[in-house]
Amino acid sequence: MSIANRCAIIGMGCTKFGERWDTSFNDLIVEAAYEAYADAGIESTDLDAGWIGFTSSSRTGESLAGPLKLDHIAVTHVENACASGMEAIRNACHAVAAGEYKMVLALGVEKLKDSGLAGLPQPGGMHYAHPVLLTQINAPAYYALAATRYFYRYGIDPKKGKEYLAKITVKNHYNGSMHPKAHFQKAVSMETVMSAPIIAWPLGLFDCCPTTDGAAAAIITTPEIAKKYRNDYVLVKSFGLAIGQGMGIVDTDYDWTHWEETEQAAKRAYAGAGVKNPRKEIGMIELHDCFSISELLVYEGLGLCEKGQAGADVDAGTFELKGELPVNPDGGLKSFGHPVGASGVRKVYELYKQLQGKADLPQRQLKNPKLGLAHSQGGHPGAFECIISIVGLPA
Amino acid sequence: MIGIKSYGAYIPLLRLSQAEIARAYDRGAGPGELAVANFDEDTITMGVEAGVDCMRGVDRSTIDGVFFACTTPPYREKQSAPVIAEALDLKRELITTDIGNSLRAGTTAMNLALAAVESGRANNVIVVSSEMRRGFPGSEYERLLGDGAASLLIGNSDVIAAFEGSYTISDEMIDNWRAEHDNFVKSWEDRFVLTQGYTRNVHEAVKGLLKKYNLKPKDITKAILYGPDARNHQAMAKELGFDLKTQVQDPMFGAIGNTGTAMTMMTLVAALETAKPGDLLLVASYGDGADAFLIRVTPEIEKARGHRGIKGHINSKRSNLTYNKYLRLRGLLAVEESRRPVEVSSPVMLLRDRETLLAFKGVKCKVCGRVQFPKQRVCYHCRSKDQFDEVRLSDKKATIFTFCVDHLAATGDPPTIKAIIDFEGGGRTLCHMADRNTDAVKIGSEVEMAFRKIHDAMGFHNYTWKPRLVRE
Repeated sequence: MSIANRCAIIGMGCTKFGERWDTSFNDLIVEAAYEAYADAGIESTDLDAGWIGFTSSSRTGESLAGPLKLDHIAVTHVENACASGMEAIRNACHAVAAGEYKMVLALGVEKLKDSGLAGLPQPGGMHYAHPVLLTQINAPAYYALAATRYFYRYGIDPKKGKEYLAKITVKNHYNGSMHPKAHFQKAVSMETVMSAPIIAWPLGLFDCCPTTDGAAAAIITTPEIAKKYRNDYVLVKSFGLAIGQGMGIVDTDYDWTHWEETEQAAKRAYAGAGVKNPRKEIGMIELHDCFSISELLVYEGLGLCEKGQAGADVDAGTFELKGELPVNPDGGLKSFGHPVGASGVRKVYELYKQLQGKADLPQRQLKNPKLGLAHSQGGHPGAFECIISIVGLPA
Repeated sequence: MIGIKSYGAYIPLLRLSQAEIARAYDRGAGPGELAVANFDEDTITMGVEAGVDCMRGVDRSTIDGVFFACTTPPYREKQSAPVIAEALDLKRELITTDIGNSLRAGTTAMNLALAAVESGRANNVIVVSSEMRRGFPGSEYERLLGDGAASLLIGNSDVIAAFEGSYTISDEMIDNWRAEHDNFVKSWEDRFVLTQGYTRNVHEAVKGLLKKYNLKPKDITKAILYGPDARNHQAMAKELGFDLKTQVQDPMFGAIGNTGTAMTMMTLVAALETAKPGDLLLVASYGDGADAFLIRVTPEIEKARGHRGIKGHINSKRSNLTYNKYLRLRGLLAVEESRRPVEVSSPVMLLRDRETLLAFKGVKCKVCGRVQFPKQRVCYHCRSKDQFDEVRLSDKKATIFTFCVDHLAATGDPPTIKAIIDFEGGGRTLCHMADRNTDAVKIGSEVEMAFRKIHDAMGFHNYTWKPRLVRE
């Protein structure tokens, strides 16, 4: 049985994303959860289960039950790297759809700025990256490997390629400049982006999302119960989850120019939601732009354009706020920020608000956003865990 | 017949010019440059390079011993030879030893290898000598010392050069030394060191050798003589009666510097590269006494021309090293700790994965033929379980599939080039490039594997292979 229309989101909360020096991990959880409770009109005592997504291993459900004082209900810590937050939502929905629980909390959180590191801590330690074979491996480098190959494969001069990527960054910063909860609320120029210091050539500073503190939360129940709380609840139409085998650095057939996990996850999500032509039927997309090249390749992975052709749509402004299919209307990871575990929930939060017509500023509000698609991917090329959620209003 | 069956050498790519050292200290410069090991090289990695060069065309399963000669090994307690043996993918039934503490260690190792083969205890012993001594910054030793390695395969058949005699003396004096906690070479006053140490000992050994075998200096085709520096090397050669123009092998002071324990063997390798059948070579080294050998080149020498050796490395160089960078490579500059996760390691994993890390072995699926590195249990292509043969990838060429220039990774010489490389015959991996050259790297560039130190996490040395652009 499909998950379509069997789970409803009746409340969401999202903290201000950014450098939250005076706010702890637990504070972020409390902030996001209580905003979601208030939005749903529930008390924490109404909850009968919870899921928390973040990437620091060795923690348990206590990390959610503790700060929120949940009273011995079922709480699970889920982890799938940058997809952890959306995994919390997906697991929560499956449990509700199975009839086990009636009212649940799905929350994503990350407190990165306490570490003092440039980039992410190394989650999972030695069993994630071999201490000798895979040292000093970092996300920008992995995505840069894909950018170099993509430009090569499609005969794109790296300078032109960097221009496509810069336009994506400029778009996301512009969108984020209008969101009061975004990490960076500032538009940037092409010149600023193009002349930024190199992090991992061909990617520069503005091709990389920041490290951010933040949390976001969703209250999920059945559509029957949802009706008692509000009319503009948001229904889950489908999920698609696909996990790579990590063979991008082993298998000589892996091309480093397409995201296979995104394609596989999209196929399942579209089938579940009955989407035949995503470019026409999806009204807005929140996708995983941890690096500008990721967004470019996700356009292709989601089937929004032909392989190798995403640059033409970037030039045409297809995915801008006023374009044919707005992508990352809240600024995305680049501008809204990327507290790893929180981002998946934050993406759904933006779709939820847009569907309800409650984007905080009128100039941000999309007209008739139809279905919304949220895309999260963790890991790295060849070893992605990609999850896609499609959501919409009740008919 | 017992003698040398094969040879190899290694000189690091980087060179520090005498002019650059002089610039750093505001003084006049002499000509020449020094070979300098990169941040990820040490005497083990250079020894492996020389060993790999020596193993070209040699059946590695025939090797019975590895003798490693070095006064600058990476460990005080823990042998280096087994690391080299594993990196060369040699068999487990093997005699290994490290021989050190003297500039004569290289020729001592040759002597012991000869003895092992003569006694029948071993058929083939590879002797590797490698060195990277340090002089105090600003000192004369700093201007003299270079880095490098050489190796000889000593055996009892098919020799390219036969040992015809030797003469060894032991001597005790304080001339050059490093006490237990010294990192830099120290020495007593010049004239004492020279006259009572080097000159007296080498003179005695060479004269003793010639007398023992009833030879005159003119009978020698090439003299391979250790020397502390160019001037004293020449003085020695002249005093022994050799013609400087025709009879003395260039010890390469101006091109690579004094490579200590490795120097005599490196000079011998250079001599073998141009030697002709019938040539008689005289080799003499110095350090706590002296060793002298007579070596007769055989017709087999013509079959041994496929090594990179000295000639293949000496002009393959990058001479733009600044003094500042040199200090950093040598760990003589305090550098800020990177804001990246700290490196970790595990001796348990190093032991379990030693064939992957050191011998650089992957697997080939018996069912579908796909080569995979590191080894897998289930084939990524056909999902067969545990149906694999081992494949050594360290001596395979590869091409760059894609790359990036990473400014974030903590490394001794940022930025790092990370590259996905595809091996000839199959297999792929992601690694940091050695001796990175951001101007030359391209998709499709040909690379060869180089054994390098990855880091010192947990206080021990972690090694594996990195690709580098093929040295030309």
